[in-house]
Amino acid sequence: MKAFTQIIGLACPLDRANVDTDAIIPKQFLKSIKRTGFGPYLFDEWRYTNYGEPGMDCTKRPLNQDFVLNQVRYKGAQVMLARENFGCGSSREHAPWAIDDYGFRVIIAPSFADIFYNNCFKNGILPIVASAEVVDQLFKECEATEGYELNVDLPSQTVTMPSGESFSFEVNETSKRNLLNGLDEIGLTLMHAEKIKAFEVGHKDTQPWLFT
Amino acid sequence: MAGKTLYDKLWDSHLVHQDSDGTSLIYIDRHLVHEVTSPQAFEGLRIAGRKLWRNNTIVANPDHNTPTQNWDKGIEDPVSKLQVDTLDKNIKEFGSLVYFPFKDKNQGIIHVIGPEHGTTLPGMTVVCGDSHTSTHGAFGALAHGIGTSEVEHVMATQTLSAKKSKSMLVKVGGKLGVGITAKDVALAVIGITGTAGGTGYAIEFAGEVIRALSMEGRMTICNMAIEAGARAGIMAPDEKTEEYLKGKQYAPNADQWGAAVKYWNTLHSDEDADFDAVIELDGTDIQPQVTWGTSPEQVLPIGAAVPDPAKEADATKRTSIENALKYMGLTANTLITDIKLDKVFIGSCTNSRIEDLRAAAVVAKGKKVASNIGVAMVVPGSGIVKRQAEEDGLDKIFTDAGFEWREPGCSMCLAMNADRLSAGERCASTSNRNFEGRQGPGGRTHLVSPAMAAAAAIAGHFVDVRNV
Repeated sequence: MKAFTQIIGLACPLDRANVDTDAIIPKQFLKSIKRTGFGPYLFDEWRYTNYGEPGMDCTKRPLNQDFVLNQVRYKGAQVMLARENFGCGSSREHAPWAIDDYGFRVIIAPSFADIFYNNCFKNGILPIVASAEVVDQLFKECEATEGYELNVDLPSQTVTMPSGESFSFEVNETSKRNLLNGLDEIGLTLMHAEKIKAFEVGHKDTQPWLFT
Repeated sequence: MAGKTLYDKLWDSHLVHQDSDGTSLIYIDRHLVHEVTSPQAFEGLRIAGRKLWRNNTIVANPDHNTPTQNWDKGIEDPVSKLQVDTLDKNIKEFGSLVYFPFKDKNQGIIHVIGPEHGTTLPGMTVVCGDSHTSTHGAFGALAHGIGTSEVEHVMATQTLSAKKSKSMLVKVGGKLGVGITAKDVALAVIGITGTAGGTGYAIEFAGEVIRALSMEGRMTICNMAIEAGARAGIMAPDEKTEEYLKGKQYAPNADQWGAAVKYWNTLHSDEDADFDAVIELDGTDIQPQVTWGTSPEQVLPIGAAVPDPAKEADATKRTSIENALKYMGLTANTLITDIKLDKVFIGSCTNSRIEDLRAAAVVAKGKKVASNIGVAMVVPGSGIVKRQAEEDGLDKIFTDAGFEWREPGCSMCLAMNADRLSAGERCASTSNRNFEGRQGPGGRTHLVSPAMAAAAAIAGHFVDVRNV
């Protein structure tokens, strides 16, 4: 997995609540058997005015100029500002794959859906939960200031705004360690292989019908 | 010390390891696999040279991409075909307990076929790269959706790295009125909690209404737990659970049955268990529900009118209502019963089981689909459901009324196959999500129960099923 330590990145405000994973990456792109190449189709139905199909050359497609990602000032954004319950709906990991492939490394929102939140950490994306007031402030400042960059630092768990003002965020220790070091979680878990085998013996004793 | 919740018992009985920050390894008993969220996981195993820890925990079948008509032509979309062929190849290489390939007589929606064969049992942990895995909680199993990286993790280690959720009790007391179904209960609950109300929680559903429901109805409610934000919905097993499972192929055999039932009888929340949140509602008050917007929480009883954003004080909520009305092509204050429809879809892992089809058939019998309905389709959840329905003559009732009788699959719930809405088309759907574009780009979805969907097909617009 890709490691994450610190970035200074341009922020982009996506001002909608309950953004679901169908909106992040529509179903027709889920037919791919690969993990990569989803970036051009991120928010496909909002981003383009025609219907997207897998394999389409997106550089030739008509853009929805009203959609925030299409505004020149947000080109190259790495930090997405979002509203509550971001990533709700389907468990498709294609959503964080598309976000990552587009170039976002951080999402800041008042709340995330559970499965999506977990999926981010598996892909080197840092989802940050901030209070609704802080998120509101970031939205306002970002919309008012061209080139609005945030300094996101995982080791110290802080986000610093261009004004120098900063806020801290929570992240559980295990996710932080894995993200900082880009660790392979399966490899880590397999270090407990003996414990898993021992558990299986007891489990088989209690519920033998699960092993027939 | 307070007693344990059902969720506590399921969690504790699967805990393999716990780190100081609460991150835990929990053991996984059943892994359901479909074609959309598994190819990258199998590929990951292959690249790392890893095998499945226990391939006899896997129950697999393609469902999202498979067509629901003209099976003799196979899968015409080459991209869909590749994904289904890839599942075939992966299962052949890595192995499984159960696999129903495309066109197998038992193939169907993964969340329908698992229970049908007794592969979901009380006391289990069940995962799948699919958020509607919560369905299986109806059996007293801890069941939830996971991402593809987690699918690979479970395949390689038989465990999931997770933190324990908080617990919520949703107690539905009283008695449902005539014509009110599990789907109406699920939507009414989401109307109260909102789509994020259950985030961070495992929801246990209890109360007289839940006890009175069949296993099919219970699955419908647990299926929708994720639409309330909860990864897992759970219900304590009882005699109905046992009756449903007895004799199923992968249920405990006669020798083990007594011991299994004895264990299952311990799977309930203790009288003195504490929940982090409790919601109580009276089932007697629940009316037939219809969603009007683009989120399952945007739901109202059939007698209501579409909301007016001008009356909403909260700015974010007002914008959400405005966005939803615009997308849905609706005017504020329109009566739900005045909403005309173009298509009707009866199916999905929420409502495609035999009981659902029977409820729709009762309404459709001897009637005709209204002339403004372009397509009204019934998509059974599995080959078994389809055959059972045909034995009961339900297919004839539907086709006589002008409904299309299709082959099983996920179909127009998410429109990954050819079944979809065109831009601007309005559909009464028994599925679980009314998100923008969910049933096709620009398509407009209203979520309802199977009986309400059938009644809407006959009338051409929404009607109160209790009056037909």
